[in-house]
Amino acid sequence: MGILKKVLVLAAVSTALVANVAHAENKKIALVVKALGIGFFDAANKGAQEAAKELGDVDIIYTGPTDTTAEGQIEVINSLVAQKVDAIAISANDKDALVPALKKAMERGIKVISWDSGVAPEGRMMHLNPSSNALIGNMCVKMAADNLPDGGDVAILSAAATATNQNTWIEEMKKVLPNYKGINIVTTVYGDDKTDKSYTEAQGLMKAYPNLKAIIAPTSVGIVAAAQAVEDAGMTGKINVTGLGLPSEMAGHVKAGSSKSFAIWNPIDLGYAATMISYNLVTGKEEAKPGAELSMGRMGKVKLDDNSEGAMADPFVYDASNVEEFAKIF
Amino acid sequence: MMPVEKSSEPRFVRDRLQGRSERIVKSWESLLLLVAVVIFLVNVWSSPYFLDPWNLSDATFNFTEKGLIAFALALVIISGEIDLSVASILALASTLMGLAMTHGAGVPELVLIGLGTGLVCGAINGLLVSRLGLPSIVVTIGTMSLFRGISYIILGDKAFTGYPADFAWFGQGYVFWVFSVELVLFVLVAVFFAVLLHMTSFGRMIYAIGNNPVAAQFSGVRVERVKFILFLLSGLMSGLAAVCLTSRLGSTRPSIATGWELEAVTMAVLGGINILGGSGRIGGVVLAALIMGMVTFGFGLLNVPGIVMSIFVGLLLILVIAIPKVLNRLAPAKKRG
Repeated sequence: MGILKKVLVLAAVSTALVANVAHAENKKIALVVKALGIGFFDAANKGAQEAAKELGDVDIIYTGPTDTTAEGQIEVINSLVAQKVDAIAISANDKDALVPALKKAMERGIKVISWDSGVAPEGRMMHLNPSSNALIGNMCVKMAADNLPDGGDVAILSAAATATNQNTWIEEMKKVLPNYKGINIVTTVYGDDKTDKSYTEAQGLMKAYPNLKAIIAPTSVGIVAAAQAVEDAGMTGKINVTGLGLPSEMAGHVKAGSSKSFAIWNPIDLGYAATMISYNLVTGKEEAKPGAELSMGRMGKVKLDDNSEGAMADPFVYDASNVEEFAKIF
Repeated sequence: MMPVEKSSEPRFVRDRLQGRSERIVKSWESLLLLVAVVIFLVNVWSSPYFLDPWNLSDATFNFTEKGLIAFALALVIISGEIDLSVASILALASTLMGLAMTHGAGVPELVLIGLGTGLVCGAINGLLVSRLGLPSIVVTIGTMSLFRGISYIILGDKAFTGYPADFAWFGQGYVFWVFSVELVLFVLVAVFFAVLLHMTSFGRMIYAIGNNPVAAQFSGVRVERVKFILFLLSGLMSGLAAVCLTSRLGSTRPSIATGWELEAVTMAVLGGINILGGSGRIGGVVLAALIMGMVTFGFGLLNVPGIVMSIFVGLLLILVIAIPKVLNRLAPAKKRG
């Protein structure tokens, strides 16, 4: 009886110890998303799991509210603070409303970064943008140029004339134009991110510029409408539609041949990079401050600007070889 | 069992059919208390982080603001009406506070504007319901869109930020140790509404109206006036919740508190407020607030996805409502004087 008791106690104690050790060693990194059940974020979680596997001593807590509300995310943050997680990597529903809750998290020693959709600087240590305006502008022109070895006329189909994002990207495109010989941007038209207007504008482009070789649409609505217009006009193979789009919406047009390739961020890489950065902040190996260079495993390094923001990489290019696979994700 | 004895008593005085102790044991509040204790114990058992004063303090923010709204809403529901515009009043109050802040308003002005907006919105609902005699569900569905719509017109996709540092006290401050300003407010408001509903003639009028507005009218109750005051109170509490939530978030967006009207209604109904009017107690609403807060926090600690929480709260609601009915059906014969 005495021996049995001893053995039992020993077993219990050692189990507790082992459990404790495992507990203490594994870093808990929370990947907080805008809402659960969104393909884009599920893919980011895939990337986070990949990073955790690579690192070995990381547990990923993939969580988020049911609806895309700031209040819901604050409840999630509070419960993560209570669990004493080591890091929170968040894609924010509200740039400002999360600041008090995240500040409190940081006061309690939790490393906080934002990714995809940022938090105001005082509420996080750094923000990871999927890409940068310069990289996006360059990629748009590059994708058009890659299929035009001899150069040619290219038109831009944008969103609204007042759309800040699109205007910045178009400026960046014009900046890099000298690097691509023979590529000539003939005009920019605006489809207002409406399918019917974008479609009509694309038709207009084909009529006005008979030598048109490519349409760049840096908007997910415009690119689909332009591809459809090209297909309907029987210009598939003669005019290539490219730009920024979603794989699920563009898979059909890639298959049809009206779009050879297009780009958008890769959520898997984003989740992976956010996890890697969080881990390095938790271990104290790196510090997030303006000008710092943080490593992101297989994604290389990210350099932080004055606001402690950094761009992960070039937008990820989707073509016939991979679009089907990603179409299932987002 | 003893039909002769029973028939000698007036049938409608149901209270007398049970002894005092039996009534307490079988009351809705006791059932809720039991549920709350069970949830509390399950939480303690399932997460080592639950029983920590600061963690519990943080968790109270899950229900304090919604609770403030639910108390006033409970009175409105007992009177046989409903106010679905509460979350939109909150949004509009917060937006106008933000607008005033950009024009240099200080903390006292901000609070006054928040509460004042609530009162004005409540008055609009109250006038439409009591003076024009429109159904409150239609009126408040309309003002729900109207009030939040104004917020969207003012703010668009922008946000008001940069509230004065002192303003953070309401949503982020503590009165004593782990007891936050919001929690203390929650308790004070609960006491206020409990006294108003259960200890004043005004409270009895609310029940009377909820049970039979025509009879109440003929008994000398000024039904329209009481209803108007209830909508005023509902607006005022939404304004108070706006002050708290805006202070806690430190910013305003027109999407603030989206969907809270249903959460407040859920809280009231789970708390035993009869959705058809006429019965319910504030104590039940307090317990329901605690239960919903603990469930949200406890599941959060276990990283259970939010949708499971919604399912759980839904099931809880149906269960708590169904249990007394089922019990009544199972044991109808046991009732006697």
